[in-house]
Amino acid sequence: MGGLSVADGLDVANLQAWIREFARTVSEHRDELTALDSAIGDADHGTNLDRGMSAAVAALEAAPPADPAALLKQVGMTLVSKVGGASGPLYGTFFLRMAGALGNDPADGEAFARALRAGLDGVVARGKAEPGDKTMLDALAPACDALDAALADGQPLDLALAAAAEAARRGRDATVPLVARKGRASYLGERSAGHQDPGATSTALLLDAAVATLAGG
Amino acid sequence: MVVVSHSRPLADAAVALARQMLPGTEVAVEVAAGTDDGGLGTDAVAISAAITAADSGDGVVVLMDLGSAVMSAETALEFLDDEVRDRVVLSPGPLVEGLVGAVVVASGGADRERVAAEALRGLAPKQAHLG
Repeated sequence: MGGLSVADGLDVANLQAWIREFARTVSEHRDELTALDSAIGDADHGTNLDRGMSAAVAALEAAPPADPAALLKQVGMTLVSKVGGASGPLYGTFFLRMAGALGNDPADGEAFARALRAGLDGVVARGKAEPGDKTMLDALAPACDALDAALADGQPLDLALAAAAEAARRGRDATVPLVARKGRASYLGERSAGHQDPGATSTALLLDAAVATLAGG
Repeated sequence: MVVVSHSRPLADAAVALARQMLPGTEVAVEVAAGTDDGGLGTDAVAISAAITAADSGDGVVVLMDLGSAVMSAETALEFLDDEVRDRVVLSPGPLVEGLVGAVVVASGGADRERVAAEALRGLAPKQAHLG
């Protein structure tokens, strides 16, 4: 993303670019996400998340937020209202908790990682899922761990985010053989094995969007 | 009381079924159901508004269908004032049967705990009948 610099921390423009890129890729992958959800759920994940993220982008165009916390709060409130399905309260709570952790100033890598983990904690509190339940948590938790580890290792934010996105994609792929223990898919029991989890798939898109927009400079 | 469902027709029909028990009696039952374009889904902001509308200071019992209805109702609690939130019970009772029983005791002036207890035992008559 030309023109954006993360040298002074992630500001509202950087995070807005992240949200827009996530919305764009959710829209691009909408039918794929819904197809994954039709195999093991209620066939609405792509449609719902696309509706919610489109509304989030429309909201930030109508009322551009002034700082990182206000931006992510607005995205979270839009998602809890407009998505309709389980990804509404889950992604909505994720962004609301990130907003609560970020504050008003540009965030450096460590602050962003802390906010991402606060978002993860919010998803756990809301969905009560555990690792291996075949949910978005199976992509998000490894991403947070990889980001923390890379930053602790002294890596710059672009490499750390790339490591987080790679961990999210591996976590997503690892949901295929799992038996779902949460959500509509859990009604299927053993029949849910052999399918990739739609929530983990959209979470991998969220991390890929972060690499595309927050890692440049 | 507040009814939370993915489907507006489902919620409205459940309320109609419950109100059939109480001709001429007024019990505050608010509905937060469906997406704003008329589709299936739940909306935490709408649920929060419905709780506020139903709250007259004596407490609110919320009945939900499944999945995102439960998580959206939990999310909605975060948007309430502390004082209101303390008066709200999210009931694990069955939506239709729980609502019928709860509305009947609520119309008799039962407090929040009695209403919530009645919602929770909503399946008991059916279970007793079918053995």
